[in-house]
Amino acid sequence: MKKKECVAMILAGGQGTRLQSLTYDIAKPAVYYGGKYRIIDFTLSNCTNSGMDTVGILTQYEPHVLNDYIGIGSAWDLDRNYGGVSLLPPYMQSKGGDWYKGTADAIYQNIKYLDNYQPEHVLILSGDHIYKMDYARMLEFHQSSQADVTISVIQVPMEEANRFGIMDTDEVGRIVDFEEKPSNPKNNLASMGVYIFRYDVLKKYLLADANNCQSSHDFGKDIIPTMLADGKQLMSYTFDGYWKDVGTIQSLWQANMDLLEDVSELNLHDYKWRVYSNNPSLPAQLIGSSAKVKNAMIGENCHIHGKVDHSVLFYGVDVAEDAVITDSIIMPNVSIGKGARIHRAIVMEGNVIAENSVIGDLLNDGEIEVYVGSNNKKDQKYVTMMK
Amino acid sequence: MNRIAGIINLDQEIDSMNELTYFRCMAAIPFGARYRMIDFTISNMINANIDSIAIFARKKYRSLLDHLEQGKAWDLDRQHGGLFILPPDWNDPTDISKGELQHFHNHIDFIHRVNADYIVVSGSQHICNIDLQAVLEEHIETKADVTVIYKHMKQLDSEHHYTKKLTVDENNRVVEIDYARENPHVYMNMYIMKKTALLKFIELSIEKGYTNLFKEAIKPNLSSLHVHAYQYKGAHAFIHSVESYYRNSMRLLDDNFYDCLFQTEAPIRTKLKNEAPATYSENAHVERSMVANGCHISGDVKNSVLFRSVKVGEGASIEDSIIMQRCEIAPDAVLKHVILDKECTISSGQVLIGTKENPFVVAKRQKL
Repeated sequence: MKKKECVAMILAGGQGTRLQSLTYDIAKPAVYYGGKYRIIDFTLSNCTNSGMDTVGILTQYEPHVLNDYIGIGSAWDLDRNYGGVSLLPPYMQSKGGDWYKGTADAIYQNIKYLDNYQPEHVLILSGDHIYKMDYARMLEFHQSSQADVTISVIQVPMEEANRFGIMDTDEVGRIVDFEEKPSNPKNNLASMGVYIFRYDVLKKYLLADANNCQSSHDFGKDIIPTMLADGKQLMSYTFDGYWKDVGTIQSLWQANMDLLEDVSELNLHDYKWRVYSNNPSLPAQLIGSSAKVKNAMIGENCHIHGKVDHSVLFYGVDVAEDAVITDSIIMPNVSIGKGARIHRAIVMEGNVIAENSVIGDLLNDGEIEVYVGSNNKKDQKYVTMMK
Repeated sequence: MNRIAGIINLDQEIDSMNELTYFRCMAAIPFGARYRMIDFTISNMINANIDSIAIFARKKYRSLLDHLEQGKAWDLDRQHGGLFILPPDWNDPTDISKGELQHFHNHIDFIHRVNADYIVVSGSQHICNIDLQAVLEEHIETKADVTVIYKHMKQLDSEHHYTKKLTVDENNRVVEIDYARENPHVYMNMYIMKKTALLKFIELSIEKGYTNLFKEAIKPNLSSLHVHAYQYKGAHAFIHSVESYYRNSMRLLDDNFYDCLFQTEAPIRTKLKNEAPATYSENAHVERSMVANGCHISGDVKNSVLFRSVKVGEGASIEDSIIMQRCEIAPDAVLKHVILDKECTISSGQVLIGTKENPFVVAKRQKL
């Protein structure tokens, strides 16, 4: 078979513990975002739009929803005869098997998958970031600079730099130093967790790392510092655009609210860069005669009779008369009773909110409340997916 | 379970919707904010586990082909069976068939080869959500030769002058088929029968030089054939003219009609476009309307149906109108009783006003 120039590997096995109840029984990349999407849609659509037609998805934590959602990749045009999407969970080998112990270990355990395509380069991605990026351009840069690895970086506010892996670069973008969450950052170029490696180099380092029992088997903590110490060619590629790591409930809420800005930085209406998703085929939304909807994003098959202001509603949400929803995210197939008030909250999928109930703190703009509900969530989730 | 195959016969459908059917057939008319008329027929079929569907198309089918693709949206992209779009391409020098029998004759291989015991034949103009397995059960139970489907109309409208009407006896056996104006039993242009029976009717019709199988081989023989009538009781609309299209589109704004037509257990599917959810800005004011994905609304919208990716500028007013995919309405434009075909651009301050009986129709891609 023909060799692949570049194979993409998406790390999608993380639990995302800081999202708390949102990832109680689904992997972080499967968390809902933006009225119809799951977070991984952005990375997968980036692959499709960048011409990456071979994508391995490394799963580990609660993979069922993700597996079902991705299927054979048809929604992203990744159902290919040669290549396409492969879901890569940990597996047993003749010498035994093990969980993925870190990001680098996850790739190491799938060297056979990569060898199968004999790629020149491997693109390592996270499945839990929201951004639109042309990986093909980054690959061109990587090739022309003859780097062993190219790391995509973004400028973050200096005061937040201590939350990220920070790259110190010279005038041509060569990485001269790397610090993971530095207390006194030297600059503000944060790693986005997007790497392109020359595969021969990557393979060598992965094999060495696997034999190092001191290693935590992580790209940021182990592989990159070792390569830097060995004097390999590490280049930074600066990305300019909307990029969000929705690691916390607050940041997930904020990223949804960002979509309601008049000119959203993340343009979801760009026909040249579509964001694909695997959604049930549902009829259009119905806005009733008593409805008041403004500053809002509303999904398909919603029936709105109440008031919605500055909120994101996923598909299949019913809002009864006199209900008021403000500054909130309502996930799919939620039914909100008459006169209910929801403010600064995230209401999880499939809930039925009783008449006149109150969710969130109406008086203070405090922390975002996540309403999980007392219903059997799991059953409802499957009902949704069956549709 | 009994296996059924589907034939969607568009041959006899008249393109009677002026600007809207200049370049497309009736089956391809956009309806209900995101669908085409044919989506309802196809979805009803796949919801009854029909996985082989042939479409007899004769003319203006370019937009239909574009819409249906390989049938992926309906899970009809199969290794065996699936979707067969069959336009006229007949070069058989021995062909003596006429009218719609040309389709049956030239595409007879579909019927011969299809792995099914029963065939349902339907048009595309009757919008409904029907359980065809239930129809088949009744068909088998009554041991009928043919089962035809009808709707008992509470009120007959102008479009029903053009539909056949059924007169049935106390056992729901059809005794008369005509165009009687006052008869409320509207034939929905759908029938089901055994595949072997259909093959015999086709052979007979061609021998006799018939042009229409139902009209000439079934309708005159109601005394010798057992033709059973199945009463469909769900949401129904027959689209025949701009006026009936407009009136029936507006019925979608009624919660009950919407819920009857779009059922979660029997979904109506259509080609996906990957549009973002609809967005409403600070000055949006929307009342009693159906809004599809990808719309961006900054103005006033009332009693209207907006298809996917319609942009409504600030201060624009849309009332009692149907706005198709990707139209752009600039600020302060006023539209009332208007149907805009796809991709129209209405400039700032423009005023377009039609009437309920005679909506102002703007053809595709016009700039006003």
